Amino acid sequence: MEIETPVRLAAPALELHINAEPAGDQFLRTSPELHMKRLMAAGAKKIFQMGPCFRRGERGSRHNPEYTMLEWYRADAGYAEILLDTKSLLLAVARDVKGTTDLEYQGRPLALAPFWERLTIAEAFLRWAGWDPVKNFDADRFDLDLVEKVEPRLPRETPVILTDYPAAAAALSRRKPGNPAVAERWELYLGGMEIANAYSELTDPVEQRARFEECAAARAKAGRQVYPLDENFLAELGQMPPTGGIALGVDRLVMILADLATLDEVLPFRL
Amino acid sequence: MYSASDLRKGLKIEMDGVPFDIVEYEFYRPGKGQAMYKCRIRNLLNGNVTDKTFREVDAIDQPDLEEREMQYSYNDGEHYVFLENRTYEQITLSPDVLGNAKYFLREDMTVKVLFHNGRAIVVNLPAYIEKEVVETEPGVRGDTATNVTKPAKIDTGFEIKVPLFINQGDWVRIDTRTGEYAERVAKK
Repeated sequence: MEIETPVRLAAPALELHINAEPAGDQFLRTSPELHMKRLMAAGAKKIFQMGPCFRRGERGSRHNPEYTMLEWYRADAGYAEILLDTKSLLLAVARDVKGTTDLEYQGRPLALAPFWERLTIAEAFLRWAGWDPVKNFDADRFDLDLVEKVEPRLPRETPVILTDYPAAAAALSRRKPGNPAVAERWELYLGGMEIANAYSELTDPVEQRARFEECAAARAKAGRQVYPLDENFLAELGQMPPTGGIALGVDRLVMILADLATLDEVLPFRL
Repeated sequence: MYSASDLRKGLKIEMDGVPFDIVEYEFYRPGKGQAMYKCRIRNLLNGNVTDKTFREVDAIDQPDLEEREMQYSYNDGEHYVFLENRTYEQITLSPDVLGNAKYFLREDMTVKVLFHNGRAIVVNLPAYIEKEVVETEPGVRGDTATNVTKPAKIDTGFEIKVPLFINQGDWVRIDTRTGEYAERVAKK
């Protein structure tokens, strides 16, 4: 079911490194995640939304302060089911707009079918950065090595799924049952570019509140604005069934499909 | 100190005591991670260009740089002597600080000298200078194509590539930043 949720919010999701654009005494959404989860908690089974999201200060060849996000959530599912959804979607879109699933991106072949490379974060970091962030997490080193050592070496010929993030980088995903050191989160890369982020959603309101509070403290310490906790979301989260969800950057997907190197070539009204 | 979010194209920074110039700059934020600033930076001492990614948490040193207008005075056989008009202060620079600029100097030429911690590190010339070709193969009459070149020497011994129609005794304009021929000019 296609749904719409508010664009202007009193309480954007707390994330250490994502800054919301103020809009009057409220904020433009950085993601529709919390409202969509409230719909899931209210009994929705499969919902999707495509619309604008805003992130303050993000501008680069792959970033724009306003961009289009596609999010969907599936009840009684986790990140594995969302991966199947994502494959079906990308194959259908490619066949529809390109007539084939054998794409070419920036001079290199990119075959969307049949094989998607799947690497755990531990495997990828041990292979290219020489350490295991699941065993010893170091946030600053993790971000830098991801950008300098891991992302540039990801295969380009097939889609790549980086999966099972260190629990410290779980964001709003749940820990893996039986292996709480990792979170059930994956990211999709096409042509070496990050396209989508998926979770088995965290449904425990106590742990969610603790993560928000930890994040609020870290934001305050870093001198960043601390957004209020979304108490409605926290009150209703306990009603949400096991759910898988994903956020997919539509503009970047268009870059891939149109074989364009920068967002400038995709966004006609970029300031 | 600069914070990483101060970075932009053209900003001068310092790392391990070496001044750098930011040539290219790109904002990037991986997934849920912190902001990164992917830069190409140029070492102001030797001109080498490298890639460097700064993290949001990085603090970056601000170099003590000063640019002063000076006039080229003379060469004492080894070193190059410059004068500051206003103060009559005189500095003496070795050929390696000048690099290719030493081939393009002219007496009384006004140049910009960049000082780092009080020491001259770069001499910036006017973008174009004009020089006489003192040695080259005879010109080919009527051939005005500029994509076919031959070597030519200017009076300081520096060799440039010029189009075939250039003759010995012609004056040419040279881009001092690249050391390349730009165009033929009227004789002086």
